[in-house]
Amino acid sequence: MSTKKGKFRKKSKKVPTISAASLPDIVFMLLIFFMVSTTMREVRVMVQQSLPEATEVTNLERRSLVSNIYIGSPQPAYQDLYGTSPRIQLDDSFADVEDIAEFIASEREEMDESEIPHMTTSLRVDEYTTMGVVTDVKQALRRANALRINYSTRETEAVY
Amino acid sequence: MARETPEVPMASLADIAFMLLIFFLVATTMDIDQGLQRVLPPMPDEEEIPEDQQIRERNVLVVLVNARDQLMVEGEPTPIAQLRDRAKEFIENPEDDPNLPEKETIDVPYLGEVYTPTTAVISLQNDRGTSYGMYIRVQNELTAAYNELRDDLAMEHFGRPFNRLTDSQQEAIREVYPMTISEAEPREVGGN
Repeated sequence: MSTKKGKFRKKSKKVPTISAASLPDIVFMLLIFFMVSTTMREVRVMVQQSLPEATEVTNLERRSLVSNIYIGSPQPAYQDLYGTSPRIQLDDSFADVEDIAEFIASEREEMDESEIPHMTTSLRVDEYTTMGVVTDVKQALRRANALRINYSTRETEAVY
Repeated sequence: MARETPEVPMASLADIAFMLLIFFLVATTMDIDQGLQRVLPPMPDEEEIPEDQQIRERNVLVVLVNARDQLMVEGEPTPIAQLRDRAKEFIENPEDDPNLPEKETIDVPYLGEVYTPTTAVISLQNDRGTSYGMYIRVQNELTAAYNELRDDLAMEHFGRPFNRLTDSQQEAIREVYPMTISEAEPREVGGN
């Protein structure tokens, strides 16, 4: 190494520090993105939910018009109390088929009169459930005159 | 003389923002609800005697799923991979086969006169023991059959796929291929 002082003297070996001043801006941008693009989890799902896959899905719009019915076997933490056979969950509690009429009525009460015909019931059913309980729920929905339903699925490219 | 205001340190701002960010990451779900949308038939009135609707046999495609998730189309066991093509052939009846749904000429806006089966019904029956996953696969195949036919027709007439047409254009296409999947009143099909 040259010890001469001159034009080609090695500059100090210190790595220049990166300014952290823009870090809060970047974090805020991320924060705002997540705040806008997400919705709060409304209910705690107490049944196992492995939704079936389908290719021909349509998106449900207007979340305020959608009420969810969860069906599946209870999650391990609840199996001591509720067993392993498929159960229906409405809002935050396990329910029976007879409770569906009341559930639909209370969902309707929260809605605008004009929006009731557009109300959709989304069936979020675990794929290993048998159709028996699903059929019972569908019959109950027909009796409650809540005819627009949605079989909730995950989107996939091919199902085989 | 103006007093100097002490400066607020900005270094902790990032930490606070990070904490908020992590809270929102954990507390929120990204999923949009997607699925297959259907409209259930209204419950018949108790007093009303259900009148026997005479639908000719050629206009109905019977799809049965038993408790062991096996599929039967028009009385013959069929793998699910073939269901889509069977359904498409049934809905469209391209060769005017006398065993497939009868066609008639209807006047549709945008498209003019179309010779199409208007009374084709797919009758889907399942057992209480059928798995929901299988039921959705069958529903998906039937939906796909309708969607493919509608897309073909939309491409032919408008040069765009069905879901990019205007509402009234979609309505016209739907008139040519109305989706009628009838689900029988629940009963046991057996197969245990």
